Amino acid sequence: MKKQHGIWKVITASSLGTLIEWYDFYIFGSLATVIAGQFFPKSNPTAALLSTLATFAAGFIVRPFGALVFGRLGDIVGRKYTFLLTLVLMGGSTFAIGLVPSYESIGFAAPIIVLLLRLLQGLALGGEYGGAATYVAEHAPPGKRGYYTSWIQTTATLGLFVSLGVILITRHSLDADRALSIAKFNSWGWRIPFLVSILLVIVSIYIRLRMQESPLFTELKQSGKTATNPLKESFGHRANLKMVLLALFGATMGQGVVWYTGQFYAQSFLENVCKLDFDQSRTILIWAILLGTPFFIVFGGWSDRIGRKWIMLVGMLLAVVTYKPLFGTMLRLTDTAESGSIKTAYTVKTTALGSTGDSFRIQKTIAHFGNGIIQTTVTQDTVYAGGMQQTLKPDIKLSKQVPSATYWKLIAMVWVMILYVTMVYGPIAAFLVELFPTRIRYTSMSLPYHIGNGVFGGLTPFIATLLTTIYTADKLVGLMYPMVVAGLCAVIGAFYLDNRIRKHA
Amino acid sequence: MNQIKKLLGLVWMALGPVSAYLLIRIAWQEISAKPVWDTWIQWGIFVGVFLPIAAGMVLFGYYAWKEEYNED
Repeated sequence: MKKQHGIWKVITASSLGTLIEWYDFYIFGSLATVIAGQFFPKSNPTAALLSTLATFAAGFIVRPFGALVFGRLGDIVGRKYTFLLTLVLMGGSTFAIGLVPSYESIGFAAPIIVLLLRLLQGLALGGEYGGAATYVAEHAPPGKRGYYTSWIQTTATLGLFVSLGVILITRHSLDADRALSIAKFNSWGWRIPFLVSILLVIVSIYIRLRMQESPLFTELKQSGKTATNPLKESFGHRANLKMVLLALFGATMGQGVVWYTGQFYAQSFLENVCKLDFDQSRTILIWAILLGTPFFIVFGGWSDRIGRKWIMLVGMLLAVVTYKPLFGTMLRLTDTAESGSIKTAYTVKTTALGSTGDSFRIQKTIAHFGNGIIQTTVTQDTVYAGGMQQTLKPDIKLSKQVPSATYWKLIAMVWVMILYVTMVYGPIAAFLVELFPTRIRYTSMSLPYHIGNGVFGGLTPFIATLLTTIYTADKLVGLMYPMVVAGLCAVIGAFYLDNRIRKHA
Repeated sequence: MNQIKKLLGLVWMALGPVSAYLLIRIAWQEISAKPVWDTWIQWGIFVGVFLPIAAGMVLFGYYAWKEEYNED
């Protein structure tokens, strides 16, 4: 009974810290557009957004380096102090991002500082996950690793959930007037989710400090058998390197793209391709995550009985086969082309620009469609005096609000994608932990995990969006990237992975 | 099964250079079409990150060909 109580303390302490690290990491991505306006030159909005996305990608690309740096440390010094260090690093960087003055105040120093802090975040995240998963797995009884580590697996999704929730609550609570509240959020309120992080990190550090080192690592250390050069042992020896490559190409590569397609690209697709409004595209994801999260535990626990391999591979194959129909349905549900507009409201607001006679015009059109969709179009342009000149490219912003029935159908679509995420991600911590020996486990499992998730997965929204800008005729072309990667990974995994569970590894 | 694993090793070995070639070709096309810093940085990151992974794929194929993944 005491042992049972102990494992739950371990899971709570590890999961809370990991959840906070994911929260810290995701608020930056979720606020990419707002941050672009603050830290990058406003003259070219596309360049500003790309710069932020590049920063986002940089965050992911340094993750594998974090895996190497902290993985090595964790195999030499121990799991507990290493993932304590990553938590401090992550919390400090996140808090500091919330304090950086804008580009308007300090010029180019602003984006440079933000980029550096983002790199630190990526580095910390690279070290955190492997430590938490290893720590929990090394406390778990044999034959129950899938179930117990699946709690750690929920944290990435719950971190995203909390980040979306905090952003939405902050966005709507800064003023009684909704429009004013959003304006305040875009101006300074976006800093609150970053600053809040420090409180969460302090609580988590306190809890983690009271934890003991992993029993398997302690045993290894007491017998003087810890690795002296984990990097060399992990990647310099063929017997281990071949397992690192197998873990990457047969499991984490496909898992990474399925994870990011379900939890990031789906939301980005709803907002940017389907043109759903900011709040609806996010609350759809929040509901889908909430309803999908318990399945991490279901599939993690199930993998203890039937093996990890086929649960993960079936998740990948289902994603490959059904992504196009799922995204196609989302597109169709939010389409207004076939549905006649039945009522429109039209407002115009003009502001004089100095004494030139020119004026700045904002036109807002609200159209109600037959299928219940309400579409708001805001057009901003300059009206020149004399009428000889006109704005060549007016700024047009379009957003749709779907009716309740469509809203729930969209939640169901995203929930199915989250279900695939739980299949591929629920058992993977136990799978990776069991693939490598205790003395080099932290290093060996962290690298394939972070290349699979950080590089293959993290770049999914970016590459998918890029593909849609190259092949503009097909709105679903972005799905080719996750489908090809997940398909290839499923084939490799089917042939080369072993389904046997190494209970005493 | 072991024979299939071994033969597939050739496919993985070929896949490494093929994917690297395709990536570099697309990167070059994109940079030529829009030769600005943003494009250079974007595609430079992609190529820089994916080339070692392509090399890893070749190594994986080589190990498969050498029957390192065979069941006992």
